[in-house]
Amino acid sequence: MKYRPRTFALELAMIAVAVGFLFPVYVLVTLAFKDPAQIANKPLSVPAPPSLGNFGEAWRSAGLGSALLNSTVITVISVLLLIALGALAAYFLARTATRLSYSLYILFLVGIILPFQLGMIPLYQFVDNAGLLGTYQGMILFYTGIQLPFTVFLYTGFIRSLPADYTNAALIDGATHLQAFAHVIFPLLRPITGTVLILNAVQIWNDFFTPLLYLGGSGHETVPVRVFGFVNQYTSNYGLVAAGLVLAALPILALFLVLQRYVIKGFASGLKG
Amino acid sequence: MTATVAAARQDAARRTRRRRHSGIVPPWWFAVPAVLVYAVVVLYPSIAGAGSAFTNWSGIGAARSFVGVDNFKQLVQDNQALGALRNTLLLTVAIVVVQNGLGLLLALGVHTGIKSKMLLRLVFFAPVVVSPVMVSFLWKYVYNPAPDAGLNAALGAVGLGGLRQDWLGNPSLALWSVAFTVIWQCAGYSMVIFLAGLEGVPAELHESAMVDGAGTIARFRHITWPLLAPAVTINVMLSTVGGLTLFTQIIAMTNGGPGYATDTLSTVLYKQAFVYGKFGYSTAVALVLAIFVAAVSFVQIGYLRSRETNA
Repeated sequence: MKYRPRTFALELAMIAVAVGFLFPVYVLVTLAFKDPAQIANKPLSVPAPPSLGNFGEAWRSAGLGSALLNSTVITVISVLLLIALGALAAYFLARTATRLSYSLYILFLVGIILPFQLGMIPLYQFVDNAGLLGTYQGMILFYTGIQLPFTVFLYTGFIRSLPADYTNAALIDGATHLQAFAHVIFPLLRPITGTVLILNAVQIWNDFFTPLLYLGGSGHETVPVRVFGFVNQYTSNYGLVAAGLVLAALPILALFLVLQRYVIKGFASGLKG
Repeated sequence: MTATVAAARQDAARRTRRRRHSGIVPPWWFAVPAVLVYAVVVLYPSIAGAGSAFTNWSGIGAARSFVGVDNFKQLVQDNQALGALRNTLLLTVAIVVVQNGLGLLLALGVHTGIKSKMLLRLVFFAPVVVSPVMVSFLWKYVYNPAPDAGLNAALGAVGLGGLRQDWLGNPSLALWSVAFTVIWQCAGYSMVIFLAGLEGVPAELHESAMVDGAGTIARFRHITWPLLAPAVTINVMLSTVGGLTLFTQIIAMTNGGPGYATDTLSTVLYKQAFVYGKFGYSTAVALVLAIFVAAVSFVQIGYLRSRETNA
């Protein structure tokens, strides 16, 4: 495509849209670097001089260090379980043509549109009775279950497009079904595993409501829950609140920048279904 | 993605044909761990939830008795719930139309020969990966009612001071302010799916149409738009379900207020359960929401899929 005056005009228009789009981000970031006097007198200006005090205080008062650890533990274990359970189940569903496998597949698909609100209260009771409120295990169980339909759906579609001959060869050579799956099938699933990993990780890391319900006050709160409590506590100290929000969003944004090609591809291909 | 429920039948038929060639099938127990977790976390609680919609369960202990459709009778007379239903529908329509329209324009804009397209994709997509609760807090400040903060300050700075508003405190404006935040966060999501669709439109079609003298708009209408049908299906479905079940942004920005101006079915069922302790009634609201989501999804699948095949 040639670069014509029309392309240049489009380029300018798109950049103008992006600048408008970034206005809230500008407000947040500049706020984080201002002291209360600057916020009151020069609300939209560039911070001069920029003060860094908000960041240290926000980090400590929001307890972001331990919240990051909690979020990481819960997200990583949930995603690993989703990949293992989801791929194994999808392999069975995609390679078996019985009434049972078809019904199970439909049952999983139903889970994609079922709003979690319907089972929210009975599940809360179950988690409470099982003594899992306030624990990592409760959250990991929840995320693995709630994200499985989507994961199974993505894996099943992908496995159906693969030829079946690979495993047969391994099985004839004397491998067990599990060995054939682990050494032959699973490595072939790499592209869709990447998509499953990214989509689930973003979803679980950012979730707010369930961890608020299950982890509130336990000391195992995830980042969004800590930020929620922190913002509500320092509600009128805008500089501090902004610094807390910037710090809390940085890890996922940094990860996004590193993995952005795969993230965008994963989102698109995962949903092209 | 629910589009697949309908397509599953065809898939099953295809699998039956392929069966002869697939040789050794995996053992059934491969599916057991996933089915167990899914049953414990999703299936059993949903069935129990649907069941308790017909009881007067208070949520504490097991005491509950069957009250038939009383909860639903109460629901149709409950002005707060009816207002929430109305809000839910308005929000969903606004989000589906504006988010996808904007997403399509952004996708078309960055799917051209402009030099900054990679950077712009990053900019528009970045909010998608940030937690909705944090995006809500950011916008809550942008919507600050003070005349010299956030959006109001910006309006004043560019000489539009007359447009200053109490964005979240004005009952007739608050719902749209929340919708705008959701659209800001999710437009990049729609953009990416449309971009994936645009990449599947063969360039030769455009070239030959251009040779035939078709202008930009004609080419969009007759080439790009029909071929984007699957992307439209996915985007509309996703944003519809997202809009109908919207919760976090409302709790974080307005908590359903001012008054009940931004309450949705999700916030009402949450408050009925955890604030007023009416679990039976709350699950009735949840059941209505679930039926609603399912019905809308199936109607959309039917319509959008037929559009895809006709295109």
